[in-house]
Amino acid sequence: MPLAWVLARAEFPGRRLVRALVTVPLVLPPVVGGVALLLVFGRRGLVGGWLDATFGVSLPFSTAGVVVAEAFVAMPFLVISVEGALRGADARYEEAAATLGATRWTAFRRVTLPLIAPGVAAGGVLCWARALGEFGATITFAGNFPGRTQTMPLAVYLALEQDLDAAIVLSLLLLVVSVAILAALRDRWVTS
Amino acid sequence: MSLDARLIVRRPGFTLDIALGAAPGEVVALLGPNGAGKTTALRALAGLIPLDDGHVTLDGARLEKAPPELRRIGVVFQDYLLFPHLTALDNVAFGPRCRRVPRREAREQARDWLTRVGLADAVRKKPRHLSGGQAQRVALARALAAEPRLLLLDEPLAALDARTRLETRAGLRGHLASFPGATILVTHDPLDALMLADRLVIVEDGRIVQTGDAATITARPRTDYVARLVGLNLYRGRADGTTVLLPGDFALVTADPQEGDVFVAFAPAAVALYAVRPEGSPRNTWPATVTAVARHGDALRVELAGPIAVAADVTPAAAVQLGLQPGRAVWASLKATEATAYPAG
Repeated sequence: MPLAWVLARAEFPGRRLVRALVTVPLVLPPVVGGVALLLVFGRRGLVGGWLDATFGVSLPFSTAGVVVAEAFVAMPFLVISVEGALRGADARYEEAAATLGATRWTAFRRVTLPLIAPGVAAGGVLCWARALGEFGATITFAGNFPGRTQTMPLAVYLALEQDLDAAIVLSLLLLVVSVAILAALRDRWVTS
Repeated sequence: MSLDARLIVRRPGFTLDIALGAAPGEVVALLGPNGAGKTTALRALAGLIPLDDGHVTLDGARLEKAPPELRRIGVVFQDYLLFPHLTALDNVAFGPRCRRVPRREAREQARDWLTRVGLADAVRKKPRHLSGGQAQRVALARALAAEPRLLLLDEPLAALDARTRLETRAGLRGHLASFPGATILVTHDPLDALMLADRLVIVEDGRIVQTGDAATITARPRTDYVARLVGLNLYRGRADGTTVLLPGDFALVTADPQEGDVFVAFAPAAVALYAVRPEGSPRNTWPATVTAVARHGDALRVELAGPIAVAADVTPAAAVQLGLQPGRAVWASLKATEATAYPAG
């Protein structure tokens, strides 16, 4: 959200670069994203080594790792739709709020956020839906340990090799959930 | 709660540089053509754009570095900018809430304000269900409820249709009269300025060209823009006693003797037209050619070319009698007592 606000409202050198970086996970093959995450957060990675040494925290192949991997892949959906909503919202409402004595934070919380709520909701759901189907980055970065880092798509992939019926059931379940979410979302788009 | 400001804002190809003052309770109108920099001046006062130079002093406190939320300067925007997701009541309560007034009390205050602007029954309406006149009054109530020290109005009536405008203008006049602080009103409509303001500041191309009360401005315009606004013919020339020599060696005789660089102004209704050269009392006569005829209230406004370009008002009957149409040659005359000369320096 703050990232979207910065992208929509602030003018600074390198904004195009930041936006490009934000959208990269959209076009990057998820497996490559997972490799990149491993390089950065892995035990010998740029940040991972420091995390391990300082806090004794290790992200790869843990439940937290799943969250990081899925957030990495799905976040652009949220950022882009919130940024779009922010651009669509008239910045002058924030000015009007300021002349009434509202600080930037109050203006954002009480004026801008309610105005862009449909965009935030749509972005959130899209983001969640993308995370639901995430496969490549998760299996690369977090592995596939049942009960710890196994997600539904990973389970489907495993089941496919061992138990075809279970794979079909899981797949159908995912399909139903996804369709339900997107159908609800389309409705929001049309009505808002 | 007096205002003293010098506003300098530089843009590529445009510089705004005006000095503004307003006493408590005074209503000052910034009047000027589109693009003159009026709205820029207003936004600079409110702190929505930074000053490149100058100062904003309110009650002796320097504000030019303060962010808008700390200036306590209320703004009624041209398109009102009512928050679309809040009811009229919550829009008005927004200002008090920002001053940490408890919710219930803020709503009470908002209800009082809405009652004062005659909208007691519209409190629960969202802005999109309000009419233009109602939205304007909610915007005014919202600005006043924040207890500003200075009130800024940006074209407050421009978005209204003619009929609503008349009623809203009368109401606005009353509310401005009871507001204790100074008010700056931006408009390009001379009627709004004359009806609502105690003092007029005429801005053209980022600079002040004339200031004064309504009577002075309407009687003694100093630029073509102001003359056109108040509907007068205006010329500049050199006076020698009661004779004023205009460019093109055309001499006009006026009532009051002046010396040196002067303006001469007279109303279009003071110009009489004849088919043949008139004899007798009028001191100024000249041949002219009609270039255009248009309706103007009950009269017809006739544009004339000749030694000086003049607008003249004639009755429809006279126009028919004279056969006025573009290209017609006529004689124009003007009594000396109808032409006012005043120093241009």
